[in-house]
Amino acid sequence: MKFTLSWLKDHLETDASVEEIVEALTDLGLEVEEVVNPADRLKDFTLGKVIHAEKHPDADKLRVCKVDTDEGEMQIICGAPNAREGITVVVCKPGMYIPGLDITIGVGKIRGVDSYGMMASERELELSDEHDGIIELPSGEVGDRFVDWLAENDPAKVDPVIDIAITPNRPDALGVAGIARDLAARGLGALKIRDYTPVPGEYESPIKVTIDEDTLDGCPLFTGRVIRGVKNGPSPQWLQDQLKAIGLRPISALVDITNYMTYDHNRPLHVFDVDKVAGHLRVHRAAGGETLTALDEKEYTLQPGMMAISDDNGPESIAGIMGGEETGCTGETVNVFLESAYWNHVQIALAGRALKINSDARYRFERGVDPEYTLEGLEHATQMILDICGGEASKVVVAGKVPDHSRAYKLDAERVQSLVGMDIPESDQRQTLTRLGFRLEGNMAHVPSWRPDVMGEADLVEEVARVASLTKLEGKPLSRLTAGIPKPVMTPKQRRQAMARRTCAALGYNECVTYTFIDKAAAALFGGGDDATMLENPISSEMSHMRPALLPGLLQAAARNQARGFMDLALFEAGPAFHGGEPGEQHSLISGLLVGRTGPKDVQGASRPVDVYDVKADAEAVLAAISAPAKVQILRGAREWWHPGRHGKICLGPKKVLGVFGELHPRVLQAMDIKGPAMAFTIWPDEVPLPRKSGATRQALELRDLQAVERDFAFVVDAEIEALTLVNAAAGADKVLIEDVRVFDEFIGGSVGEGKKSLAITVRLQPTEKTLKEQDIEAVSARIVEKVAKATGGVLRG
Amino acid sequence: MDDLKAKYLGQIADAGDESALEAIRVAAVGKKGEVALKMRELGKMTPEERQVAGPALNALKDEINSALSARKAALADAALDERLRTEWLDVTLPSRPRRQGTLHPISQASEELTAIFAELGFSVAEGPRIETDWYNFDALNIPGHHPARAEMDTFYMHRAPGDNRPPHVLRTHTSPVQIRSMEKQGAPIRVICPGGVYRADYDQTHTPMFHQVEGLAIDKDISMANLKWVLEEFVKAFFEVDDVELRFRASHFPFTEPSAEVDIRCSWEGGQLKIGEGDDWMEILGSGMVHPKVIEAGGIDPEVYQGFAFGIGIDRLAMLKYGIPDLRAFFDSDLRWLRHYGFAALDLPNLHGGLSR
Repeated sequence: MKFTLSWLKDHLETDASVEEIVEALTDLGLEVEEVVNPADRLKDFTLGKVIHAEKHPDADKLRVCKVDTDEGEMQIICGAPNAREGITVVVCKPGMYIPGLDITIGVGKIRGVDSYGMMASERELELSDEHDGIIELPSGEVGDRFVDWLAENDPAKVDPVIDIAITPNRPDALGVAGIARDLAARGLGALKIRDYTPVPGEYESPIKVTIDEDTLDGCPLFTGRVIRGVKNGPSPQWLQDQLKAIGLRPISALVDITNYMTYDHNRPLHVFDVDKVAGHLRVHRAAGGETLTALDEKEYTLQPGMMAISDDNGPESIAGIMGGEETGCTGETVNVFLESAYWNHVQIALAGRALKINSDARYRFERGVDPEYTLEGLEHATQMILDICGGEASKVVVAGKVPDHSRAYKLDAERVQSLVGMDIPESDQRQTLTRLGFRLEGNMAHVPSWRPDVMGEADLVEEVARVASLTKLEGKPLSRLTAGIPKPVMTPKQRRQAMARRTCAALGYNECVTYTFIDKAAAALFGGGDDATMLENPISSEMSHMRPALLPGLLQAAARNQARGFMDLALFEAGPAFHGGEPGEQHSLISGLLVGRTGPKDVQGASRPVDVYDVKADAEAVLAAISAPAKVQILRGAREWWHPGRHGKICLGPKKVLGVFGELHPRVLQAMDIKGPAMAFTIWPDEVPLPRKSGATRQALELRDLQAVERDFAFVVDAEIEALTLVNAAAGADKVLIEDVRVFDEFIGGSVGEGKKSLAITVRLQPTEKTLKEQDIEAVSARIVEKVAKATGGVLRG
Repeated sequence: MDDLKAKYLGQIADAGDESALEAIRVAAVGKKGEVALKMRELGKMTPEERQVAGPALNALKDEINSALSARKAALADAALDERLRTEWLDVTLPSRPRRQGTLHPISQASEELTAIFAELGFSVAEGPRIETDWYNFDALNIPGHHPARAEMDTFYMHRAPGDNRPPHVLRTHTSPVQIRSMEKQGAPIRVICPGGVYRADYDQTHTPMFHQVEGLAIDKDISMANLKWVLEEFVKAFFEVDDVELRFRASHFPFTEPSAEVDIRCSWEGGQLKIGEGDDWMEILGSGMVHPKVIEAGGIDPEVYQGFAFGIGIDRLAMLKYGIPDLRAFFDSDLRWLRHYGFAALDLPNLHGGLSR
């Protein structure tokens, strides 16, 4: 919302400076976004007088002028046709910045003659587009500041423009009058109340207005009148200046007057060309399907229930949103019907949203205009039209009545202080409300008609607080909830999430935060992409579906990095994935992705391609960090985006999957533009059971004094036998004595035969009571061989 | 006997390696060595002679033995020195590579926030990213026709044909977690709710997903002055500065009343931001006293309880604190960015050790 200082002063009697006003506005909640003060860029320019002018010896069109200035006589070469002796000019001395030229003028030599600065045209000072000659002032003395001269003689040229952001609750501040009221309440001046003298009607309006019974809730009041014999030429300069200053283009007197009323008092109006209206006007609900071309020259189709203003030819205006082109005013318009109506804000909001029309009228009506000002606004506008365009006004036609907006809330002065935490005397509170237009009866505050946002006691608190100034609020310590040392606040799940993150980082992964919506194709590759997880209004097709997993986002990140030339990547993300479109149909995941090699090629030869056992180790490390049980099963049969033979599910039983690790399916990688194989893991942290025990005590440590013995075995088994089966079989040979079984070698094919492999294990035996003798060890060994043979068909390698 | 001593000590000193020393040892103090042979002669001596010769021979034996071991050690030292002379490595070769993982600034900033607010007794609450219309809007005093709804650039979820419920939304703020927390815990309550939020906006300074932390404190006597203090303390702790000036500016949010936007005093010089000094003000958050309707929507009696709420952009805080220029880069996962702006695994923020290094 833009306005000029002079416009504000039409409504506010004040001596406050622009700076004071700006500071107060922001503090009041009318945040100033920009102040443009034309005087700022003109403040250095002073007046001078040309005391002598003669033709340049070497140029026909140039004149050598002697100019009297506040710094004495100066010689200036000037090419303007009007540069002549005796005129009062605006002098730009060397070193001054010329806004319209975007240069700093210096001392120059023009065709051999020295020139000290310049005399400015209006365009050079960004006052207008005028550049036929230099500025020639009818008054003013040498040395006067040009801004002072303008303020005196042409104030619009140095009128500061203030732009403020209006929060949706303050429709009253969408009019300059409302802004003035806030400033007056703050004590920055006195509000000027404009006279309200109805314009007498000289005849009955030939156009009558009716409101359908079922439309009265949407249009409780409609006022209007005919003004005939108007001349719709350009509006007067002052009006054009004001509109231009706030960024509106002057169009014609009638349009400019309605725009003025809109910004002056937040009173949108509409003007029909009487000669294009057939019959009378009727405010009604659309049956649906009616079309009309609005003032923006676009055709709109009304939906059932939307409000329209129709004549005998059908809809001529989308009520409260935009008038129709058919009955709009033009330069030839002579007879007009002026409309000032009150529209229900909810219905305008919904209709405007449905039609996707963002008009000034909609913006204002959906926030709420002052219902009491409907008729008064009509009268003010009538007077302006008569003053500017001439014509004769009819009597006013009124349909409906001002809706009941009366309401009052209790001002609880103590509650205000308790909520704000600031000492604001009750008398001040009452004065603030009164100045804002509230009527106090006892401690009941009656809400003014222009404040639709005030709907309860809390709103009174807000009014008092913002006028009292929150800037002055002093912080007061918030008492502690409990005495003593604060308790931890994180839940076990939250701690796990943090631990998992830091473990991944410790393992060398770089954390990514990717968008939780991805493209449909990528989502589909990972089991998602259905309609339930689809956005209705994505900003791009790349962000259309909630992610079913973290891996697609990480793969896309990897592909982007590969494209930048980074081939060895370790990325991870911890965050939600979505298995449905209902709130709560999301689950926490932690995924890591390895692509390329373990590192750049290196002198130690440590670099190698990443493999499944890397991600297995990392998945196990993350699970260990979040206290997952050490004893797990590794099963196959995870989802289709994993390499069918190179992945494992880390499970507690077949249905309790804690994580998956493995190589990603080559088809998925190809679809995601990944070069080379990729290894990944995904962990479901919420599936990891919370520890049953409470307290920090560990189990007692049992250290055996007897020396442990290690024995190696190599078994030949069928190639598809899994190592874990063999290990578990061996471990089961003596659950007391066998402390650990480790696989240390795998050898496939070759000398062990086609379809066979050799698995070598180390078994660690930890005696508990007596040192093992050779026969004890042999007995256990025999049991191990037997158990392994039974479980896997394996035999000791000869 | 002195001849013997001189002979062997001389030989030991001249011995060039261990085998030569061993030969000397056998010849001198071995079972059949010269010293042993002399020992045997003791029996033939008179007691008087023996009393002189015995200790002398023993002393000679000890002396030769010590000389042998000293020489042995000296030879071993020399051999080691010789070996080490050849054992030379180019230590300017690069170390064995080790991947350096990093934590994302959003994670780090979130943990920093949590550490600070935990100190003030705030626990951490979470809520779903896909929200109902009611939790995201209605419960927060934003009815269906409210212009704020349109201004929030809401993402809506698809509705299956025939499902006539209002469409779910991607939460536009973390404020719905206020409602869920109040419903769950009742009053008094102090929570922060960090997490991702969504607005359909994408340009230089906006991304369709970003992160907020919501704060909520409800009790019988909590005032806006308490809010200001909490935010001042928070900002000082987070930015790790001794003093900071906040400006509360009246504003409007449907879910708080009175509402204030909060600016922080700062300076921008040469693209560097300094918090707590200078003549600029930068908006960092929105806040206010929780609207009675919102307290009621959370199932708490607004006649008895009152309190404050605030919402801060986590990404924005991280940008300000760590001098990260572009919000969009947060979500791009550019390895160079992750390495440059990321945090080490053990950079664990806490209040006793300090939040940042």
